[in-house]
Amino acid sequence: MSAAQKRQTAAFFILGFATMLVVIPIILTMAYVVFKGIGAVNWSFLTEAPRNGMKEGGIFPAIVGTIILIIGTMIFSLPLGVLAAIYLVEYAKDNFFTRLIKLSVVNLSGVPSIVYGLFGFGLFVLFLRLGTSILAGSLTLAIMSLPVIITATKEALESVPASFREISLSLGATKWQTIRNCVLPYSIPGILTGTVLSLSRAAGETAPILFTVAAFYLPRLPHSVFDQAMALSYHLYAIATQVPNIPPKISFATAFVLIALVFLMNLGSIILRARFRKKKLW
Amino acid sequence: MSRKIREFGVEGCIKLSGLLVIIFVILIFLLLLKESLSLFGVYPFKDFLTGTKWLPVSDPPKFGIVPLLLGSIYVTVGAIVICVPLGVASAMFIAEVAPAGFKHILKSLIEILASIPSVVLGFIGIVWLGPFLKTTFHLSTGMCGLTGSLLLAYMALPTIISISEDAIVSVPKSYKEAAFGLGATRWQTLWRIILPAASSGIIASIMLGIGRVIGETMVVLMVTGNSPIIPHTLLQPLRTLTATIAGEMGETVSGSDHYYALFATGLILFIITFLINLIADIYLQRTKK
Amino acid sequence: MVNEVIIQTIDLNCCFEKNCVLKSLNIDVYKNEILGVIGPANSGKSTFLRALNRLNYLDPSYSQTGEIIFEGKDIGILPDSILRRKIGIVFAMPQVLPVSIFNNVAYGPKVHDVKDKNRLEEIVETSLQKAHLWEEVKDRLDMPAMKLSGGQQQRLCLARTLAVEPDIILYDEPCSGLDPISTAKVEDTMQQLKENYTQILVTNNTKQAARVSGRCAFFLMGDLVEIDDTDTLFTNPRDGRTNDYITGRFG
Repeated sequence: MSAAQKRQTAAFFILGFATMLVVIPIILTMAYVVFKGIGAVNWSFLTEAPRNGMKEGGIFPAIVGTIILIIGTMIFSLPLGVLAAIYLVEYAKDNFFTRLIKLSVVNLSGVPSIVYGLFGFGLFVLFLRLGTSILAGSLTLAIMSLPVIITATKEALESVPASFREISLSLGATKWQTIRNCVLPYSIPGILTGTVLSLSRAAGETAPILFTVAAFYLPRLPHSVFDQAMALSYHLYAIATQVPNIPPKISFATAFVLIALVFLMNLGSIILRARFRKKKLW
Repeated sequence: MSRKIREFGVEGCIKLSGLLVIIFVILIFLLLLKESLSLFGVYPFKDFLTGTKWLPVSDPPKFGIVPLLLGSIYVTVGAIVICVPLGVASAMFIAEVAPAGFKHILKSLIEILASIPSVVLGFIGIVWLGPFLKTTFHLSTGMCGLTGSLLLAYMALPTIISISEDAIVSVPKSYKEAAFGLGATRWQTLWRIILPAASSGIIASIMLGIGRVIGETMVVLMVTGNSPIIPHTLLQPLRTLTATIAGEMGETVSGSDHYYALFATGLILFIITFLINLIADIYLQRTKK
Repeated sequence: MVNEVIIQTIDLNCCFEKNCVLKSLNIDVYKNEILGVIGPANSGKSTFLRALNRLNYLDPSYSQTGEIIFEGKDIGILPDSILRRKIGIVFAMPQVLPVSIFNNVAYGPKVHDVKDKNRLEEIVETSLQKAHLWEEVKDRLDMPAMKLSGGQQQRLCLARTLAVEPDIILYDEPCSGLDPISTAKVEDTMQQLKENYTQILVTNNTKQAARVSGRCAFFLMGDLVEIDDTDTLFTNPRDGRTNDYITGRFG
């Protein structure tokens, strides 16, 4: 073996070793949480409210709260994000306004989640007087989710062949008719994938909901969108740091359920992507 | 005619949505600025920026941001030192060395890491990593900067790996073929040709990773010990900008100086991350050309 | 025979950025004729075609001066959607939408607010018949259009254009990807449409222009070199460059 080849073997070994340093802790961590948590996850844990200062009972209100927040986030962010992306891809000319939107998307994607929390608190909770509520939390999470949805939708729209637009316009369709009939139907898979992905992130977020919606201990379901709600992520934070003497199996089980929820959503988006890719017609 | 009206209405909605995105950014900035200015009316900006004591509930209160800023910088530097070499090396391995099937598994694992909620990593830090570091390094407490840095490094890894890998993969094949043609080994090609060609993308990935680390809240709130004093080493408890906001906002009265001080902290954070992401975006644009 | 002019251009200049691909073009197109447009690549043929229904404007860098008069009026006064309905186009490669045969043809009428199902079926049938595709596909209208052969797809595109009842049909090298038999079928169809439609055929294939068109125009580097009856143009061209091109010395 030449010296150069020896160096190559050594270098590749180091790269492989670094990669193992990255992935092995991931596997171990996941295994750790699953192993410690799965034992305490049963039907009553999933369907009962917490009891006795959260030391007993289940996490049902937190699961429901998180799901409501996901839905609320989607209601606000999906239409807005898709329309904004349509603007950028189909309508925007290369001018100052367009560059400003693009810069804003870049900026929004980099704003720390706690700053979204501050913003939501200042604007929705206090200024708009929505109070600490599902509405305020959903709006905050929705703005946070916008950049991912916009970016994914943009990519999906751009991947639709230009000829589709040309055909439609050449037959006398208006711009919007063209977008609705010849562009959007073929970009839905990409849009859905991006949306589910961004929602799975929103589901795991804690900082933006700290002051906008999260209830520390609310062992019932919310009554309206102006009600507070528990959420899985915040619940895990609360029992891990704020309440002494929580039985470890309860916190592990909560972590497990949160991870499982996020994974299921991710898996959903991966399956969606794969299915539509197979069906791709052009 | 109805078609024309519909067209006009839809176009209006679409433009409005684009406009709203800009408005949100401006609103975030203005809100942070307005509340911050309320603080600077009663508490000099200079004292805020250069003060070395953060004592919000003492009398008189002190809102010196230096310990928090240093806390953020310590933790970030610690995380970057760990995750940049690991991330770039992994990206190189995944892009150029790993066989196709293995590559797929590795990428899936990285995606899994990206999707783990930060609160779960914080939880891991509390129940396992913190105690582990404490006994291993004989620390007085496991809730310290190092624990935060380690966890944040893993949070930034997916960003760094996936963007660096993209950059490496998108280096034109002709570069590689030219190097092979001159008799270079795969490693020489990767190190001397591909890596420099992909450097803009790699720098962008690192900047985005830094942005992610500085802005991350839950992990540092949970594991770094919440001690707003100027840190000297990563092995002692400290507190970051983000953790301060998250930890104290719930206890303030809205309209109090303390409340405004937290918005001012948010403003500093907003500006820092804005600049970092701007730089990252400039490098990303460069890779596209 | 008195020739009625249906569309004409007056001093038409078409430019992308600063690159003008058509220079002061003056051309008259007569009602119900087939006008062949020939010329080498980059001679401005397609740009001429796409100027007539303003498709060039899809490229943001496009600009245009001069006039295009359609049925006595400048096309500028018509909204795009109406103009393009009256002046339809068939593109170079068969470009079908990834939907069924039926929906490809019905797309145009649908966007023009034809909602009645029976009426749509009627339009689809007559359009496919005019394009000589009906017999081949009448039993499988729900089949994805992408599964048709290239020649069938091109006739489907023609049917789709016919379905919005245009006055003028533009063909942008309609047979460039087709085999000789499919090409013959498309050419037959064009002959039979002559009675009711004005047709402009841009083609790289001079023989095709000679076969199909009544008059023929030769474009070179953005200039209209010569326009005349097809027979005259091919047998006795006035300009030496035309002669060079049709005898195959360049292009």
